[in-house]
Amino acid sequence: MSSTKWTKTLSILFLSTTLAVAGCADDPSASGGSSGDTIKVGILHSLSGTMAISEVTVRDSELLAIEEVNAAGGVLGKKLEPVVEDGASDWPTFAEKAQKLINEDKVATTFGGWTSASRKAMLPVFERNKALLWYPVQYEGLESSPYIFYTGATTNQQIVPALDYLKQQGKKSVFLVGSDYVFPRTANKIIKAYAAANGMTVAGEEYTPLGNTEYSTIVNKLGQAKPDVVFNTLNGDSNVAFFKQLRSAGFTDKTMPTVSVSVAEEEVGGIGPANIAGHLVAWNYYQTTEGATNTEFVKNYKAKYGATKVTSDPMEAGYNAVKLWAAAAAKAGSTDVEAVKKAAGGISLDLPEGKVTIDGETQHVYKTARIGLIQPDGQIKEVWNSGEPVKPDPYLKGYPWAAGLAS
Amino acid sequence: MGTLNQLVIGASIGAVLLLASLGLTFTFGQMGVINMAHGEFIMAGAYTAYVLQPLAGEQAVLVALPVAFAVGGVLGLILERLFIRRFYGRPLDTLLLTWGISLILQQVARDIFGAPNVQVAAPGWLTGGIDAGVRIPYNRVFILVLAIGCVVAISLYLSKLRQGRRMRAVMQNRQLAAVSGVATGRVDQATFFIGSGLAGVAGVALTLIGPVGPTLGSGYIVDAFLVVVAGGLGQLRGAVIAAFALGVLNSFVEFWTANGASFAKVVVFAVIIAFLQFRPQGMFVLRSRALT
Repeated sequence: MSSTKWTKTLSILFLSTTLAVAGCADDPSASGGSSGDTIKVGILHSLSGTMAISEVTVRDSELLAIEEVNAAGGVLGKKLEPVVEDGASDWPTFAEKAQKLINEDKVATTFGGWTSASRKAMLPVFERNKALLWYPVQYEGLESSPYIFYTGATTNQQIVPALDYLKQQGKKSVFLVGSDYVFPRTANKIIKAYAAANGMTVAGEEYTPLGNTEYSTIVNKLGQAKPDVVFNTLNGDSNVAFFKQLRSAGFTDKTMPTVSVSVAEEEVGGIGPANIAGHLVAWNYYQTTEGATNTEFVKNYKAKYGATKVTSDPMEAGYNAVKLWAAAAAKAGSTDVEAVKKAAGGISLDLPEGKVTIDGETQHVYKTARIGLIQPDGQIKEVWNSGEPVKPDPYLKGYPWAAGLAS
Repeated sequence: MGTLNQLVIGASIGAVLLLASLGLTFTFGQMGVINMAHGEFIMAGAYTAYVLQPLAGEQAVLVALPVAFAVGGVLGLILERLFIRRFYGRPLDTLLLTWGISLILQQVARDIFGAPNVQVAAPGWLTGGIDAGVRIPYNRVFILVLAIGCVVAISLYLSKLRQGRRMRAVMQNRQLAAVSGVATGRVDQATFFIGSGLAGVAGVALTLIGPVGPTLGSGYIVDAFLVVVAGGLGQLRGAVIAAFALGVLNSFVEFWTANGASFAKVVVFAVIIAFLQFRPQGMFVLRSRALT
């Protein structure tokens, strides 16, 4: 008799604790209740699932930027009020949450997305509703939606410079490893076109499902193919498994050098610097990038989120997106989407990566390309840069070898 | 050399599959409970290693093995006592129930440990590997040994110990066991404790391969059920053979086809579907005269 009573009490206890714990999830949007004094802006990233390792940090830096904008008086005299939603590493969820932000929360603009799959899922929603999305991550190019601003690099600001660098280093054969979705597949299409035009050979091409953690077979294939360099377009935690298994199979940065385009400071911490030190990455910003604006950014970020936190390229691009939108809205004198779009072209701000200018025609930004070498302490040291901000060319019109890719 | 390498890789994938599905052969195979939360017990085991890391340092993985067994087992026991025993004989309801529990457990993990995945550092003596023509990383050897050790321990338990023999009795004929004086409720608890505890052990092993996150277990749950179904319900040797067969098949398909990672999964599923057409009861069948 007493045992049933006991279990009943326990089950209630168990349920109530789980509910209480679930209720404690920090939800910055919970402060709710907006009035005419605030402008709502949406933040839509994967806060759970395989992409959370990367996207949570972008949300954090966007919230930091919003805080800074508010501290400086807000936009058009009004404070910004972030509405945070979780895309859950699931593309239909991104579309659904984008619709919710636009219709229910009536946000002035949204900052969000990481994977191209999530952007492609959100794109029709923003175009249909004539709403604005700021997308903060390097991507595969070949896109220019009138309702998206791209503050991350397009291919001619990241992948093409990385290939130029590899060519200059005398790398002849390249092995392509990527996650199986739109960014790695399109990026690899571009890499293959580049290789064909520049006397490089593609030793192999492998894709794994997003979130995959079994890489021993691919590592074995790498050992057989013996390429000069591996071009890595894996996304999310798969990088952790890939580099750990590459390492435990006995390969080092000398015997199997790699260049990654989705591994930044945050991911290096997750992979473990010991497993990846000496490998190359290609981005437009590193925590170590010199300049007073970056010193300030890193300092403020650490002050808000903890001294052990690092800053990375997509975080910086997300931070930039908020600042650029605020500047465009201020210039337009309105948060109306068409007015902001018209005002945005030519806006130039001094941001952590240096001078960033919006290209009105493509709605991308000018960015300096930087190749970095991962250090044993987890930081990334710049070994090469493009000298000046590169004009965005999402359709690679300025590159003869890329003709036909855009179709 | 590549082929030999793949054989080793296949064996190590098989060992991982075996560890993940061992517990299920008990809870699903013997008790007929479709426990979707099994994957979350794996996840709990992995997080146990993570929690012990600051205390045990490098040897966290070793220390975590018994602790994770207890953690998984206790979680399973709570689940069985509070919910599942009210649902015996209602497999569909149990499926929905345990799926709901698995979502709750994932969210609890997310709230406690945060959404981003965490890492467990492998002990120093597990980095590196054996170089004998083929390269066999030590961590894979460790998982293989662990899987074999678990299988040996379980088969000893089932054949030598009174508790284990009761478990077999209940599995083979519940009513007859009950009238012979076996407290079937107690045996069910023990079965669930051991089955879930093994999930915890599997979780610790998985920390050697990849990152630890709230959804770690859900990635293995489907594969684990495949192994149990293909091997035959409640059949230890079936699970062992099925796990290694699937592991080796997976690794070779992936190796011999371009872009094989996705393709290997397709082939494995197709082979299992075809196999079950001919042997719906799996490799080994439990002969029983029980009225079910």
